[in-house]
Amino acid sequence: MTTYLFYFLSFLAIMFALMVVLSKNPIHSVLYLVLTFFAIAGHYVLLNAQFLAAVHIIVYAGAIMVLFLFVIMLLNLNKDTEPHKSLWLKGSAAVASGSLLVILVGSLRGAEQIIASNPYSNSIGLIENLGQTLFKDFLLPFEVASILLLGAMVGAVMLGKKSIK
Amino acid sequence: MSAIQTIPINWYLLLSAVLFSIGILGVLFRRNAIIIFMSIELMLNAVNLLLVAFSTYLSDSKGQVFVFFIMAVAAAEVAVGLAILMSVYRNSKSTDINILSKLKG
Amino acid sequence: MMKLVGLVPILPLIGFLIIGFFGKKMSKGLVGVIGSGVVFAAFAIAVGLFIDIQEHAQKSYTIDFFNWISAGKLSIPFSFLVDPLSSLFLLIITGIGFLIHVYSTAYMHDDEGFSRFFAYLNLFIFFMLLLVLGSNYLIMFVGWEGVGLCSYLLIGFWFKNTAYNNAAKKAFIMNRIGDLGFLLGIILIFVTFGSISYHEVFEQAKSFSSGSPVLTAIALLLFIGAMGKSAQLPLYTWLPDAMAGPTPVSALIHAATMVTAGIYMIARSNILYTLSPDAMAVVSVIGVCTALFAATIGLAQNDIKKVLAYSTVSQLGYMFLALGVGAYTGAVFHVMTHAFFKALLFLGAGSVIHAMSGEQDIRKMGGLKKYIPITQMTFLIGTLAIAGFPGFSGFFSKDEILANAYEHNKVLWFVGILTAGMTTFYMFRLYFLTFKGTFRGTHEQEHHLHESPKAMTIPLIILAVLSLVGGLVGIPAALGGHHFLEEFLKPVFEDSSFRMVHHLSHETEYILMGIAVAVMAIALYFAYKTYVVDKKLPAAEGEELQPIHNLVYKKYLIDELYEFVITKPLNFIGDAFHKVVDNQIVDGIVNGSGYVVNGVSGIIRKVQTGNIGFYVFVMVISIVLILFTQLF
Repeated sequence: MTTYLFYFLSFLAIMFALMVVLSKNPIHSVLYLVLTFFAIAGHYVLLNAQFLAAVHIIVYAGAIMVLFLFVIMLLNLNKDTEPHKSLWLKGSAAVASGSLLVILVGSLRGAEQIIASNPYSNSIGLIENLGQTLFKDFLLPFEVASILLLGAMVGAVMLGKKSIK
Repeated sequence: MSAIQTIPINWYLLLSAVLFSIGILGVLFRRNAIIIFMSIELMLNAVNLLLVAFSTYLSDSKGQVFVFFIMAVAAAEVAVGLAILMSVYRNSKSTDINILSKLKG
Repeated sequence: MMKLVGLVPILPLIGFLIIGFFGKKMSKGLVGVIGSGVVFAAFAIAVGLFIDIQEHAQKSYTIDFFNWISAGKLSIPFSFLVDPLSSLFLLIITGIGFLIHVYSTAYMHDDEGFSRFFAYLNLFIFFMLLLVLGSNYLIMFVGWEGVGLCSYLLIGFWFKNTAYNNAAKKAFIMNRIGDLGFLLGIILIFVTFGSISYHEVFEQAKSFSSGSPVLTAIALLLFIGAMGKSAQLPLYTWLPDAMAGPTPVSALIHAATMVTAGIYMIARSNILYTLSPDAMAVVSVIGVCTALFAATIGLAQNDIKKVLAYSTVSQLGYMFLALGVGAYTGAVFHVMTHAFFKALLFLGAGSVIHAMSGEQDIRKMGGLKKYIPITQMTFLIGTLAIAGFPGFSGFFSKDEILANAYEHNKVLWFVGILTAGMTTFYMFRLYFLTFKGTFRGTHEQEHHLHESPKAMTIPLIILAVLSLVGGLVGIPAALGGHHFLEEFLKPVFEDSSFRMVHHLSHETEYILMGIAVAVMAIALYFAYKTYVVDKKLPAAEGEELQPIHNLVYKKYLIDELYEFVITKPLNFIGDAFHKVVDNQIVDGIVNGSGYVVNGVSGIIRKVQTGNIGFYVFVMVISIVLILFTQLF
């Protein structure tokens, strides 16, 4: 049952991801990407990371993708205005990414199985455990991340201003 | 019921590799900066997925915490990146990356 | 008093800095006062040092200031050595230097470079004091180079004149040749003795056997340095040309102080020379040849300063003769008396030139006696002193040198006495042509003739008195006197005393003096007869001369010979190298690498398309390749 679910979710994720790349209309790309994210969130659930799955949906599908949509609509890009690349370039792009895939997959061949140091637990994906780790081991990066977000916000506002004189 | 009992981690590695390569393909394939951005998000998610997978297989919650940070970085990146895109569009009325060729030697 | 020794060179340095930096904003009077004042203060301290040395039993003080250079085996402290020799030189430098500073305040008064002139003079005094005071060869070398630099600056003082600039360059380059020898000598000293401080070197040198080759090599290399600085054959030609500088400079640098640096250095290193008879023989032969050679040229010169310049070269030859025969005291004695009368003569010549509105040709002078009596009187005293008239300072010092030369080698003595006769002749020729007879210049010049101001005449009078009585410190025993100077300098030359031959019997000395006086009298008579009684004049420019006379007048064509043998081939080689090696090979390499870089970058530049997609593509390919090489 789980295996089939994995196959199904993987198929959805890969297909929607390809659609993101291949669809002509940017709006469609965004929508496919949202679907891809849902598929990935399904994987998270499958992996016992329920809280992360929820956060993933909220942040990516809810915030980031809305931002994308917003920008596309603001710039009025929902038409297929993109000039096509030459066939040669498309081919070379496919070859490059394909060879990267081959390399990545090929590198798995020599890999050894890692033995988990902790005993298996169902509950590591629960919010309590995550909170413990986040606010104990990663307190400083957590605070630094807030500064990063603040900086990003200020930067976005500055760049988004109509005229920078 | 958990994926770990039936699904080997190699499968997740493969899935991540495929998603990541699709992201790369998108970056190379498209000229629209927004699509390229989305491809980058796709790559980030491929990595996220792998982190979560390892976190579960190794029973270590640090991997999942890392995903949070990646999300934070991605959010910041998208905010700034889209703002840059806005100003580029404002100046050139296009999101085609090929017009950004001021670096030509 | 010894604690103040540091001030002696520092005072002129301060003077140089003040005048150098602020001189243009100061009035000429203030510049003159500061420039002369610092030298006078240094002179006062030098007198104190001299008295200290004189009265105390300790004859040698080393004053350490700081550790200057320390690297590996080499350790050079910055320290001064005060002993009879250096204290005597300090007196000469600061004393005569002060008089010349005072003289310059008047002589240079109307020159636009007044403050620059005083800055240079003070700098020169500083370096000269450093040269004399240093307790090791390196400090001496610093001073040595410094005076060379100042000499260059002062000879080319009127730098707008190309000929003067060339003279300055000539002096500088000629000195460099000598300096190279000196530097090699210092290096050889360090290699041999492991130290360059006088004290250690001389202590160790004592254990060397006489005639040791390495000592001879050191002595000869040092002598090459002395040749350059003290204008000996074959490096003497810069000194006559150095007369391009203002006359006080000629007096200070090219007569009284700088050129005696070579004498000082050899006198200081006397032990090294005493232990190598071969080097001494070279020194004495070069000295006596220079003396004779320069004297013959002096016979036929018509420029008042050139005559004095050649006489300086000739007198320096005398000093080297003295050093070469081991009469170190005699050499230092002659340095002292020569400083007095040569400074006097140069300043007197300056006064004459001043009165003649810049005219230097003695054929256009004559009869100046009644116009500038003080100058004439003092000049006469100087002339008598240099000629060795009995009782004047030059008589005693020359007599000592000639007596020592006689003991050593009769030929040297004969050439020496011949030179003395020539010296008498050309100096009186100069004197008679300048001051006796009738005026031969233009009417305008005659109208303008006037005695120089007091600032010029007072130094002349002081120097005249010194020229008159300066010899009294070294009256030979034969004349029932007491040689104060010899006694004073004894500690310095003690180590060399074993080689000093016994003194001549008094009878022989009387005979030698008699011959010297007789030669002088004959020469004086000839000069008088030719230029006063017969009223002969040197041939005018362009007149046909007898071959030998012509040769002498043209200074034996030595400059032309150097030009032909050294300068021309060097120029040719330089030209060839310029055209082939530099233009073709060196420039070819440099320009070629430029072209290659330019061309290659022109090709590589095209890679920078500015196309972001392309960049990303290349990046991905690179990642693939890197992963490929890393993982498989």
